[in-house]
Amino acid sequence: MMEGSGALDLVLSGDPALYAIVRLSLVVSLSAVALAALIGVPLGGLIALTRFPGRAGVIVLLNAFMGLPPVVVGLAAFLLLSRSGPLGSWGLLFTPTAMVIAQAALITPIIAALTRQSVEDLWSEYRDELNAMGVGPLNRLLTLLYDARIALVTVLLAGFGRAAAEVGAVMIVGGNINGFTRVMTTAIALETSKGDLALAMGLGFILIAIVFAINASAWALRYYAERRIG
Amino acid sequence: MRILFSALTMACLTFGAQAQEKVITIASTTSTQDSGLFNHLLPAFKAKTGIDVKVIAQGTGQALDTARRGDADVVFVHAKSAEEKFLAEGFGVKRFDVMYNDFVLVGAASDPAGIKGSRDIVASLKAVHAKTAPFVSRGDKSGTHVAELALWKEAGLDPAAAKADWYKEIGQGMGAALNTAKAMGAYVLSDRGTWISFKGKDDLIIAVEGDTKLFNQYGVMLVNPAKHPHVKADLGQAFVDYVISAEGQKVIADYKIEGQQLFFPNAGK
Amino acid sequence: MSDLPLTFAKVSYAVGATPILRDVDLVVRAGAPTFIIGPNGSGKSTLLRLAMGLIAPTSGAIDWNGSRDPAPRRRAIVFQHPVLLRRSVAANLIYALDQAGVEKSKQDRRCTQLLDLVGLIDLASRPARRLSGGERQKLAFARALARSPELLILDEPTASLDPSATLALEQLIAKAARDGIKILIASHDLGQVRRLAGEIVFLHRGRVLESAAMKDFFEQPRTAQASAFLRGDLISEE
Ligand SMILES: Nc1ncnc2c1ncn2[C@@H]1O[C@H](COP(=O)(O)OP(=O)(O)OP(=O)(O)O)[C@@H](O)[C@H]1O
Ligand SMILES: [Mg+2]
Repeated sequence: MMEGSGALDLVLSGDPALYAIVRLSLVVSLSAVALAALIGVPLGGLIALTRFPGRAGVIVLLNAFMGLPPVVVGLAAFLLLSRSGPLGSWGLLFTPTAMVIAQAALITPIIAALTRQSVEDLWSEYRDELNAMGVGPLNRLLTLLYDARIALVTVLLAGFGRAAAEVGAVMIVGGNINGFTRVMTTAIALETSKGDLALAMGLGFILIAIVFAINASAWALRYYAERRIG
Repeated sequence: MRILFSALTMACLTFGAQAQEKVITIASTTSTQDSGLFNHLLPAFKAKTGIDVKVIAQGTGQALDTARRGDADVVFVHAKSAEEKFLAEGFGVKRFDVMYNDFVLVGAASDPAGIKGSRDIVASLKAVHAKTAPFVSRGDKSGTHVAELALWKEAGLDPAAAKADWYKEIGQGMGAALNTAKAMGAYVLSDRGTWISFKGKDDLIIAVEGDTKLFNQYGVMLVNPAKHPHVKADLGQAFVDYVISAEGQKVIADYKIEGQQLFFPNAGK
Repeated sequence: MSDLPLTFAKVSYAVGATPILRDVDLVVRAGAPTFIIGPNGSGKSTLLRLAMGLIAPTSGAIDWNGSRDPAPRRRAIVFQHPVLLRRSVAANLIYALDQAGVEKSKQDRRCTQLLDLVGLIDLASRPARRLSGGERQKLAFARALARSPELLILDEPTASLDPSATLALEQLIAKAARDGIKILIASHDLGQVRRLAGEIVFLHRGRVLESAAMKDFFEQPRTAQASAFLRGDLISEE
């Protein structure tokens, strides 16, 4: 396969520009996961453990938002961050920070919804024991998040996979600027449009390899952790 | 959690540092970027002025809109009438001609409309229409798309309005249009630069070239700081001055792919 | 503050229209273990959950030394199927000690004492969820003791254990009782009842049919249902 050998050459060449693109992809998507986790994990845990009017509606909405189209999120972020938008004075459009924000917005619902599910499942198992020990609300949340830690790693991975693979949002808010906001997915889109399908395919293989490597290491971590903590 | 947090901090630091440097944002066209001109021009500009340039490559219409919203400091595009409208609305300071290249009508080697070798683009488009040969249009309000529509108009035809089924508007960039044309055995209007540097030509050939109607003028404008006060007027003006200077013009003329010159500087002419 | 005596006054508990406990009057005082016995589904676990304050009665009232606040003070429970946290054996105990308000500086020593007591000291760093059934019950027992309870509620703690593990746990229960902890325990095992019980509460179809000292109950049960239960007969419907 011609495309395959192109990919191999690319990886073996260790091209610094390619390295920078891969690095930016990782930095942006990992930062987006971190930001989304900071919001989504406590939010999901809170929804799991509290009862309020309209809770069912919030959960349905959250689950629906898991499938938000990246371009729509990108467009919304674009309108917010553009110089003519409400947050224009921050000067963030066409920067990696804008890409982090857009990707975080995309995956926060995923992380929150999956966290809620994990925490709620664990709560139904732990409720009697924790109540019998007189555990208060905050401690309850922390205990459940901690004991759901292995499931939460998988949740964060799902978020990372979605962030790293999307092209619509980062293209719109990042602008695919060479050496500044170009990431793997936008580079793939660009090379495809330039007709350099071998290079596009090569980048695609690298992206898949990275996502695979991260999933494999998380799986190994999970396997190890499950044997250790059950 | 701690690891995630430090990654976030690191990211913020990385991006924050960038903001302090001398850097401008140019809204330009996919054809300028895809042809590789910027990779040739910008390092020379940076060497002379120390200014970094971030290029957002979009269709001309979209690039002008980006500038209208204040999200770029300079526009560098190729659709004279749209640029003049932009100026008239007060979004640009002044427009300068920079260079021209030309369009070519690309098609499959089998040449279903029988126009190969013609130098008359209007007659050729009429032939495509008469034979209902497949035709791919950018359909994205880019400079190339605007130029294509003007040529159809000159031929007295309006396939977009007629919703002719041989006429496909794909709403994507030049490279994507070439890819689509190749896959469909269709004709497509392309700028020469993108065509020469396009990697997957296979059985695509140039069907029509050399008609003066196919010339394509590029212009550069500083976005008006009176409209958008945050525009980096000094740095942006430095770029405008550079590309129309004798030195910048020579750099443009020197850009060649496979021995062919892509852009012909004509500033101040 | 004390949790004893624990008083049930005309307590009923129903799920929807289904009554599970009916008009239970009961006083649990310090002293020898009180055993709740009765056939499957008679309401033993429900009664214990009420006694712990985990569920509220549908009607009637429960108080712990006069207080109706269900928050656990000096009481603890070992469930029929204990749930252990996804942490090491020691971490499960430290967690319970922390919740019981034991000072951090004393937690390690107390944890070691408890592990020693229940014979799990060698398994301290094992994941708790990987323990065997018997080890699990012992850890849950130690975890309940971590609260320094006055009232210790046990729901069939030996139901799924082999004879030697049953014996080990019975010894722990007997020691706790000797140390002054009031034991309220549900059990099916009549041998165990004879070995440990002070008082007996006989539940049948959600009602307390008898409440008596252990000897009296075994020697002269006052209801036909209790006699049948002691003979191991199937209890006739109504
Ligand atoms: N939440 C509930 N919803 C419906 N029925 C319930 C609920 N809780 C208990 N029951 C029913 O109430 C009855 C008493 O249950 P409980 O668990 O208290 O019995 P038990 O005496 O502990 O039985 P076992 O000896 O099998 O442990 C059973 O028939 C049970 O199915
Ligand atoms: Mg039971």
